[in-house]
Amino acid sequence: MATILGVDDSASMREMVSFTLKSAGFEVVEAVDGVDALGKVAGRPPVDLVLADVNMPNMDGIELVRELRALEGYKFIPILLLTTEAAPEKKEEGKAAGATGWIVKPFNPEQLVGTIKKVLG
Amino acid sequence: MSIDLTQFHQTYFEESFELLESMETALLEMSPGSVDMDVVNDVFRAAHSIKGGAGTFGFQEISDFTHVVEALLDGLRSEQLRVSAPMIEELLASVDCVRTMLEKQRSNEEILPSDWAAVHGRLEGLVDVPRSSGPTNADVAHATAESAPPERPEALDWKIDFRPYLDLLRTGNDPLRLVTELSEMGTLESHCELGELPDFDDLDPEEIHLRWELRLHAATTEAAIANVFDWVSDQCNLEITVLPSDAPVATKDGHRSTVAASPRDNAAPTQPTVDPGKPEGRRMTESQSIRVAIDKVDDLINMVGELVITQSMLQQIGENFDQTQLDALRDKLALLGRNTRELQESVMRIRMLPISFTFNRFPRLVHDLSRKLDKQVELELLGQQTELDKTVMEKISDPLTHLVRNALDHGIEQPEERERVGKPRTGTISMNAYHEGGNIVIEIADDGAGINKSRVLEQARQRGLVSPDEVLSDDDINHLIFHPGFSTAETVSDISGRGVGMDVVRKNIASIGGAIHLTSAEGEGSTVTIRLPLTLSILDGQTVRVGRENFILPLVSILESIQVRANDVSRIAGKTEVFKLRDEYLPVIRLHRIFDVEPGRLDLTEGLIVVVDNDRQRVGVFVDELLGQQQVVIKSLETNFKKVDGISGATILGDGTVALILDVPGLVTLHDRHGDRPDRAKSVERDTEVVAA
Amino acid sequence: MSVGTERLSAPDPGAEGTDQTGQYLTFRLADEIYGVDILKVQEIRSWDCVTPLPNTCKAVLGVLNLRGTIIPIVDLRRHFDLPEGETGPTTVIVVVKVRQPRERVMGLLVDAVSDVHTLGEEHLRSAPAVGHLAEQNLVGLAEVDGTMITLLDIDALLNSGDLSPEPVGTA
Repeated sequence: MATILGVDDSASMREMVSFTLKSAGFEVVEAVDGVDALGKVAGRPPVDLVLADVNMPNMDGIELVRELRALEGYKFIPILLLTTEAAPEKKEEGKAAGATGWIVKPFNPEQLVGTIKKVLG
Repeated sequence: MSIDLTQFHQTYFEESFELLESMETALLEMSPGSVDMDVVNDVFRAAHSIKGGAGTFGFQEISDFTHVVEALLDGLRSEQLRVSAPMIEELLASVDCVRTMLEKQRSNEEILPSDWAAVHGRLEGLVDVPRSSGPTNADVAHATAESAPPERPEALDWKIDFRPYLDLLRTGNDPLRLVTELSEMGTLESHCELGELPDFDDLDPEEIHLRWELRLHAATTEAAIANVFDWVSDQCNLEITVLPSDAPVATKDGHRSTVAASPRDNAAPTQPTVDPGKPEGRRMTESQSIRVAIDKVDDLINMVGELVITQSMLQQIGENFDQTQLDALRDKLALLGRNTRELQESVMRIRMLPISFTFNRFPRLVHDLSRKLDKQVELELLGQQTELDKTVMEKISDPLTHLVRNALDHGIEQPEERERVGKPRTGTISMNAYHEGGNIVIEIADDGAGINKSRVLEQARQRGLVSPDEVLSDDDINHLIFHPGFSTAETVSDISGRGVGMDVVRKNIASIGGAIHLTSAEGEGSTVTIRLPLTLSILDGQTVRVGRENFILPLVSILESIQVRANDVSRIAGKTEVFKLRDEYLPVIRLHRIFDVEPGRLDLTEGLIVVVDNDRQRVGVFVDELLGQQQVVIKSLETNFKKVDGISGATILGDGTVALILDVPGLVTLHDRHGDRPDRAKSVERDTEVVAA
Repeated sequence: MSVGTERLSAPDPGAEGTDQTGQYLTFRLADEIYGVDILKVQEIRSWDCVTPLPNTCKAVLGVLNLRGTIIPIVDLRRHFDLPEGETGPTTVIVVVKVRQPRERVMGLLVDAVSDVHTLGEEHLRSAPAVGHLAEQNLVGLAEVDGTMITLLDIDALLNSGDLSPEPVGTA
């Protein structure tokens, strides 16, 4: 069973994403921001996919991608950014940092699971 | 898969209300002159989060409204807009709008244009300053394009030339996934060129040296094909062309494969399954909930763990018990007692919230009110992390608001007046919270005019509250403003330095077992100190016996217990009993007399006098003896009966019987009323028989 | 009727109304039989020690712990100025639920519970035109097998005078 790290500072989004993914049969590890996420991945086998909000306090999603890519085990793991900012500069910034792709908010649970299943193959 | 999104609404509302509070706090810190980008970012993030959730959960009005708020903040963030005073006011107004809309959404009430339209219009006016980058409306268009059902054009042969850059793998993208995705659109022939593969020795497995030439026979559009490559558009060269039908696939020395369209349903994405929450006139039941810090929960889990261990040790002792294990049993029972107490404390801690939850609303209040009154006021908040019980917090909120309003309205002077008396033009109100003993103390101080004592005294004499020859201490005069006959008199409000309703504030605080105290220096300001129990439902009690009755005295109000000697006791005017405590004479309250119960001991030297602190007056409560001390759970008498004077509540003792909890200020009032009642005879009346039965 | 903490099964609530007919729980006070609308009765409890409440009216014996809530106990003999009696093995507390002006649970101390009667029109008797009947919060009289039953208006009774939930004036 694939494990997904879900990172979002919004509790309701976190709950929604986590519940949706668990319902679809994934294991979910939750984190509230980039710093928390780095703490969660330390000392455990790499997760299969990371789903991170772009706009977060402490460490935003883009910085998190940069940090994760520098970690052994996270070089090729898919990292998707959750963003309402389809603004090209955010996507570019994310991609430049090493993000795999993005999911544009608002999305519904079906779209989320569909995209993740596609990425995980 | 269908997920009911309504289950996340409660969390969304809670977090949004918290975000609004932090937005408000941050906005109040902003001023046109100095803009702290971190603060702007915080505000932006809060608005952004509220908007994102509103979109996801289908709260269209909130999403639309916050969109323009976000756009304005984005302008500030990118420094295309500049902070102005009206802008801050509009942003504060927008916080109120969103709060109203959220509240309505939560209770399934209809959101009306009057809730937001005016502010929305003004915000749009502010955003409409020319901006270089287009407004985020583009996002919406994009989002719709992605979720719109694709058109179904006729099937064509597409040639897709896909040349990934070397670093494509480093973003976690997988060319195979892209090829698979294309294959789901129709019939795909894929041809992979290995020509550029370097020698094995030079091969970096993290780089990609392949290129694909793909043939897709599908009823699709160029945009849809490009969309598959959306995430890697910056990491490849992509050419999409339509081939005339029957054109052969260029074949070299590569592999060729044909992938059939998978049967997987690739139909249009379904619309979000969000119930817009139609107003049905029926209010959604608001479940009261509390957010608990994870360390508190961890604490609790640890304690339950210890309890389980203690329980199993006890069970072991019990299984084959003999006299030799008596000591072990005693030890374990003591341990059980300790575990239980700790567990109780931890559980109580769950209800504790930092006082910032209440303090947070004051910057806005002070901001608005000082503008209205043309005063300059700075608010200082201290001890924001001090925790207190949620229920106490809810009850303290209104009295605090009243006190802060009063301080601003009647305490702080106009800037000109302040200047004239040599004070800085800007006045200061400070709110501080801290723990002291088993209590929480909240102080509200201002550096305003203070209380005009001679005017207060004069007014009190006019009203007959104080007799002409009575000499009052400064403290006594200050406390006159809590007198109902005084502070409800509107005309006094301005000269008293405090407004009306101080008696109500005092009553409200007393109703939750608290006390209020005021100090004031004329011309220098006033400080109101509120002392509250940490929690409403548990109390440390001292059991006292009077005749055949046991009562519980709150431990916090007990200063000491003494046995008096006959020559320490005297009477004033032959009536009021007093006793001498060091160099002070304190009145004696005989519980049996004010409660009209059968006395045990009548001679003051035979029983005990418990010295209690009543607000600021100390009195001695005469009892037969002190029994144990214990924590008791407070139960209200008012649930099924009513308030009884001198009694603040009841508790259930270990044997199931009820004990009454004494209300110290109430005892003093009763004493004034019944202190000279004759002692009940030690006769045996019917209730004795009843109890004996 | 057994005495204990048993719960009485409530009959069809539709029977409730201004109409005096319906099921009544009857009990004895001194030599008199009284009845209360059974829909108001929550349970019957054996007599137990109460904790006296100071400075309340004589009829309020005190408070009792009813499964964790504190309920006041009213001595109906004292309320009706009947001669003081002794508690015995049949003495029970009839726990009633008052709905006005807010829901309260209170206990009535009675000498003994006697029966549950279904009263129809044929049992009802017109009350004699004695002035103090209304003051005593009675709804009427009934006769069953030659015994007179005084029917009590529990809501009115437990809201009268010192029994009302409004705090007494501090005068």
